Amino acid sequence: MDAKEIIARRVALELRDGMLVNLGIGLPTLVARFVPKGISVAFQSENGLIGFSAPPPEGMENRNLTDAGGGFIAALPGAASFDSATSFALIRGGHVDMAVLGALQVDASGRLANWMVPGKFTPGMGGAMDLVAGAKRVIVAMQHAAKSEPKIVETLTLPPTSARRVSLIVTELAVIEPTDEGLVLRERAPGVRVAQILAGAGARLIVPDETPEMSLGCD
Amino acid sequence: MRKSAITAEAAAALIPDGASLMIGGFLGVGSPDRLIDALVSRGARELTIIGNDTAYPTIGVGRLIEAGCVARVRASHIGTNPTTQRLMSAGAIDVELIPQGTLAERIRAGGAGLGGVLTPTGVGTIVARGKQVVEIDGEIYLIEKPLRADFALLRAHEADYCGNLTYRLTAANFNPIMAFAADCVIVEPDEIVPTGVIPPDAVRTPGVLVTHLIGRPR
Repeated sequence: MDAKEIIARRVALELRDGMLVNLGIGLPTLVARFVPKGISVAFQSENGLIGFSAPPPEGMENRNLTDAGGGFIAALPGAASFDSATSFALIRGGHVDMAVLGALQVDASGRLANWMVPGKFTPGMGGAMDLVAGAKRVIVAMQHAAKSEPKIVETLTLPPTSARRVSLIVTELAVIEPTDEGLVLRERAPGVRVAQILAGAGARLIVPDETPEMSLGCD
Repeated sequence: MRKSAITAEAAAALIPDGASLMIGGFLGVGSPDRLIDALVSRGARELTIIGNDTAYPTIGVGRLIEAGCVARVRASHIGTNPTTQRLMSAGAIDVELIPQGTLAERIRAGGAGLGGVLTPTGVGTIVARGKQVVEIDGEIYLIEKPLRADFALLRAHEADYCGNLTYRLTAANFNPIMAFAADCVIVEPDEIVPTGVIPPDAVRTPGVLVTHLIGRPR
């Protein structure tokens, strides 16, 4: 199992029956593949749809039906479409139960940065700032480090996406919860030692007595 | 009330160099492609483009960027278009990045006669620079000003000759809100249908907002 699948599987275990969920572009979209059996969630695409599923079979694509990354999707029975103001009223208004976003960095206070690398690449924030401001829970799904550079840092060196603290950080090594006291290590990936997690982090992690192995919902 | 259909070329001739344009679409989905092509063919210059993104170099708004028609962009995301990125870095194009929900609400405010909106989005970030901050019942908000443009170039699914519009699925995106926020609203529908064919409850943009319809090419 590669890093991305570990992350997506673990994030999927945060889904609860009946949730409205927004998955960011890239790694977070993989979460939709691992929705636990027996629960039903609705996915929102911020370009204006609730209730979509995997890409349609080749030849069945609809040019008026894409996700926020521009990929073709299919609308499920019960789906609803709406304009961008409505879509962001859903997001900002607290109607989205959970948002899953990628990140370039997260810091010890739980702030994330994911929209620009000054002087190098400025894709823009898209809907990320609104999602972090308005979703009930914000989960960061990211690799633990980028080319051996820690992505978990003491203080952001990149421009923050929001001043709000995210709810949970899931990497291929660990589940980490930002709290008032700092970043708390909650779970380890199967076979991963605490020392490995700490070595890959650029911020101090609080390590409780018990750090269970994370479930990946593989049974 | 009745609108007559004009060609995309005639519409492009109405839009002077230096004009500000709201253009509907999300990564090209729901963008008025024939109007964009006509502006490229006319060789429009110095345009200000307000829209969600700049799509891709060969698709949607990206075609205007690629053809050198654009001086200024206000969008939430330009990451899919390396040309916008390159021109911005070179200082050849001015880009203001606006959070997507804030962009939608600023346009809505501009079209709804509001003096702006209060939003928590962007508090504590670069987006807050130079903006007034207010506290309401203990929560912090930014004051975001309304946005309007000289023209809105929209894509719709059906239009009738009163200008009433319907949209399809995720092709609606910014189109319905932009219809309120420009002095001249030019709509490229997939189809123009006889008046009365679109039931009142199905109309998503009332025809009074629409200035011109683009007819089907012969």
